[in-house]
Amino acid sequence: MATAKRPKTKAKPKAKSARVGKTLRPRRPAAPLPPVKIQLRWLAHARSGDKGDTANVGLIALRPEWFPILVKEVTQARVARHFKGQVSSVDRFELPNLNALNFLLHGALDGGGTISLKTDAQGKVYSTALLRMEIHVPADVARQALP
Amino acid sequence: MSGRVVRVASGQGFWGDWLEAPVRQVRDGHVDYLMLDYLAEVTMSILQKQKSRNPEAGYARDFVPLMSRILPDIADKGVRVITNAGGINPRGCAEAIVAEARKQKLSRKLRIAVVSGDDIMPRLDDLLARGHTLADMDTGRPLAEFRAEVLAANAYLGMAPIVEALRKGADIVITGRVTDTGLTLGPLFHEFGWDFDDWDKVAAGTIAGHIIECGAQSSGGNLLKDWRKVRGLENPGFPIIEASEDGTFLVTKHPGTGGVVNVASVSEQLVYEMGDPHHYITPDGVADFTSIQLQQAGKNRVKVSGIRGGPRTPFLKVSIAWFYGYKAVGTLVYSWPDAYDKARAADKILRRRLKNLGLEFEQILTEYVGVDATHGKLSGPPPADLAEVQLRIGVRAREREPVERFTREIAPLVLTGPPSVTGFAGGRPRVEEIVAYWPALIDRKEIESQVRVDLLEV
Repeated sequence: MATAKRPKTKAKPKAKSARVGKTLRPRRPAAPLPPVKIQLRWLAHARSGDKGDTANVGLIALRPEWFPILVKEVTQARVARHFKGQVSSVDRFELPNLNALNFLLHGALDGGGTISLKTDAQGKVYSTALLRMEIHVPADVARQALP
Repeated sequence: MSGRVVRVASGQGFWGDWLEAPVRQVRDGHVDYLMLDYLAEVTMSILQKQKSRNPEAGYARDFVPLMSRILPDIADKGVRVITNAGGINPRGCAEAIVAEARKQKLSRKLRIAVVSGDDIMPRLDDLLARGHTLADMDTGRPLAEFRAEVLAANAYLGMAPIVEALRKGADIVITGRVTDTGLTLGPLFHEFGWDFDDWDKVAAGTIAGHIIECGAQSSGGNLLKDWRKVRGLENPGFPIIEASEDGTFLVTKHPGTGGVVNVASVSEQLVYEMGDPHHYITPDGVADFTSIQLQQAGKNRVKVSGIRGGPRTPFLKVSIAWFYGYKAVGTLVYSWPDAYDKARAADKILRRRLKNLGLEFEQILTEYVGVDATHGKLSGPPPADLAEVQLRIGVRAREREPVERFTREIAPLVLTGPPSVTGFAGGRPRVEEIVAYWPALIDRKEIESQVRVDLLEV
């Protein structure tokens, strides 16, 4: 089973230099750390449902301060690319009051409702499929987000 | 929040939800109203089919034994019940409840209201003849082309008949196709005497209804955030709205129950089945989900405020169920070693056999449960030592015959296909009739003039 990948921050030498704070050496004015790629599952929770042949995914930031990252990184185009071949088009709406984005994934359900032959005919777990997506976040955000 | 509070409890989030929930809601603490949502998009067609075989059927049968259990509580405590369990036959449903109540020595008389007028099946030809196209909202196709296939047609009613029923003193309000949110809006507008054109109040009640219409899905059930920390789901507390006259409300649950009500649990429910959040359209008005403010106001208490809304549209949505065709799904389980390769080989063999038999399908869909059934290609390749995989093949056709024959091609694979196969004890797959959903719009005046509220007394 292909479980979600843990990002390999440790493997990246530059990310490692971020740990200089653990030592007693005085901190040099460091260059900004390069962003780290992590899966959305560490930054957001989500729920999905259906309307006809469209699945919706509501993506909610796990911390309010991460919502702007979702707005910037989880664009309509990138979500469309993530689900390429599985959906026909994508709409995105912003709900800053809930720190949430809502995605409509059109043509996602093989006809939808009773017509669909899919296990997930009602799009109940499209939410977690979106959480597989990887985005770039600042190294300090990755440190806070990863377990 | 202002002084007076009205408590509306959710007892069922769908037909088939936890049977203990409504009982717990009326016994574990004080509630004013019990709201039971039974109708999903395709439920009406199932009920229509049942009614065509038996004129006394056509409603959610489970509702009657359920009410039988809580009728004494309702009579004693004055809890009023609002439900769309009436389906395609709300009067039949109400009469069954009356009969049930007569069997019991209740502490007082109960009044049962029946809301009808949503069923436009008897008027369909007339409506089409008078130029209502009832075109599919998704595809634009006019209904006339599919008229012969139509099994049920119901307009989504709003809260107005429920408010009327409560004003007439109903203890139990039984409706057909009333929107899920209307079941909560009705009691709130009745209690607070809000103006039907007070759009912010309509939106607030709509969102309150949306939060509780799926039962425990807003109080810890199916909650993804911190799901391991959700305790006590063997006895989930179903959600309760504590509404105030100013249009703000709290979401909570009874003390001592499991689950959790927090900003995360309410947020997940708010985005469930959401379209354009600025325009959540119901028969009663349009709610703006981007105006909702959530705040944790105590343990298992979330305050909801700031809600804005806009005027109702001139249309009502109509849900039309039509006969589409047939489908069947067959499954087999293949074990280690090479489980995935065996399952794929079996799929190839089966497809060739179907082809050699000359069977034609609209679609054949293969999924490998344990590998890609839920996330498709996003799942990536399976590990080489996969312990087992379920081969799941579905077919769909407009005619019954090819689907029927498909169901006889699964079991033979056990002795004529790849090895290490099991999991076929359930026997041959069942041929299912597909009833498809056709959403349309209609001028609300056509419907509203026909809506009736009748009162039965026990």
